[in-house]
Amino acid sequence: MTAPSRSVVGGSTGRLVAALLTAATVWVGLYALNEVAWDTVMGDWLGLDLSHRVVDAVHFFLYDVTKILLLLVGMIFVIGLLRTTLRPERVRAFLEGKPLWLSLGMAAVLGAVTPFCSCSSIPLFIGFVAAGVPLGVTFAFLIASPLVNEVAVVMLADLFGWQLTGAYVGAGLGIAVVVGWIFSRLHLERWVEDFVFAAPVAKLGADGHRPTLGERVEAALEETRDIVGRVWKWVIVGVAVGAGVHGWVPTEFFATYAGPDNPFAVVVATVVGVPLYSNAAGVIPIAEALWAKGMATGTVMAFMMGTVALSIPEAVLLRRVLKPPLLALFFGTVTVAIIAVGLVFNIVF
Amino acid sequence: MNIKVLGPGCRNCVTLERVTREAVEALGIEVEIEKVTDYAAIAGYGVMSTPGLVVDGEVVLYGRVPTAAQVREILEPLVTR
Repeated sequence: MTAPSRSVVGGSTGRLVAALLTAATVWVGLYALNEVAWDTVMGDWLGLDLSHRVVDAVHFFLYDVTKILLLLVGMIFVIGLLRTTLRPERVRAFLEGKPLWLSLGMAAVLGAVTPFCSCSSIPLFIGFVAAGVPLGVTFAFLIASPLVNEVAVVMLADLFGWQLTGAYVGAGLGIAVVVGWIFSRLHLERWVEDFVFAAPVAKLGADGHRPTLGERVEAALEETRDIVGRVWKWVIVGVAVGAGVHGWVPTEFFATYAGPDNPFAVVVATVVGVPLYSNAAGVIPIAEALWAKGMATGTVMAFMMGTVALSIPEAVLLRRVLKPPLLALFFGTVTVAIIAVGLVFNIVF
Repeated sequence: MNIKVLGPGCRNCVTLERVTREAVEALGIEVEIEKVTDYAAIAGYGVMSTPGLVVDGEVVLYGRVPTAAQVREILEPLVTR
């Protein structure tokens, strides 16, 4: 739909492939050198004692911020290349007129991989619902999108390892599908503001244009700039707070109050996390530090999910299209689902 | 020529309006630029990822913030004068 614009990247496909390979090599080199580089800079050049508590915290901070930013840039770019044609407008077309179980599953997965900025959530809601996508399916999409995304996956895998990341992604998609299914059983349309159904919905013509490699690279670069530009400050704040927790909070504190033995810790962590607003980039390093200090795995997950999935600003936005009972039901159901996941995780991990 | 900038008013939409004004100025054309912040109206154009740009009733761009030069390239062939 976008009018063809001259490629910023330019050049022939061959040159482009060569440039991509060079970029990949540079990336691998930087990633491999990261830890050694900070050892050299801080230990040899500045002559600092790396075993000192403050120096160690600063070293951890610099190393971790660099690593996470490198991972984010690399992964967002690669995913950007793959999903250049995936937009909410297209997702809606996928979801229309499919059987409920199929569209719920697809909505969760597509929500996880489709990018949209938070100010788009209302036009998106109206666009889906007014076009006849069932409410439950729309909610499944809206839940999965912030909960499971590439930023969350990169940071989780870096800080918690692949096993927990897989479990988190599975749980996130599970919450989206289950809440979507529950909502589809109830007749909730009367609690959606009337103008939503009255909204005229135009459909953008599906274009048959297949993007060229140049266009894909350009779109991926744009997306990388956009997402990294938005989250880098959160990464720095999150890792800084995380480094602080690492260095200064006594280990026994969380083990005592939020260890696996305390089932209420999950509830408290979720209820505290929900009104807080953060994206994955900010909350995951903090969660990792809490985890390292002895907070139970499920409690950490519940805190993280609550912070990422629901927030006061989101409630304010959604109030434009949802009447209070449905808004409360949405927040309540997702909160309960997150608590349930936290409790299960505490038993399993 | 009538240009509408679709967006609820977040930073992306403000930026799109600014680059559009820059592009219009660079082209030296006479246009009317309107902002559309009403959610229902935005959905009415089929746009679900804001910001969006509508020229004479036709959606020409959505879901990203272009540069002024890119907006200029979009507008140039549409100039009716």
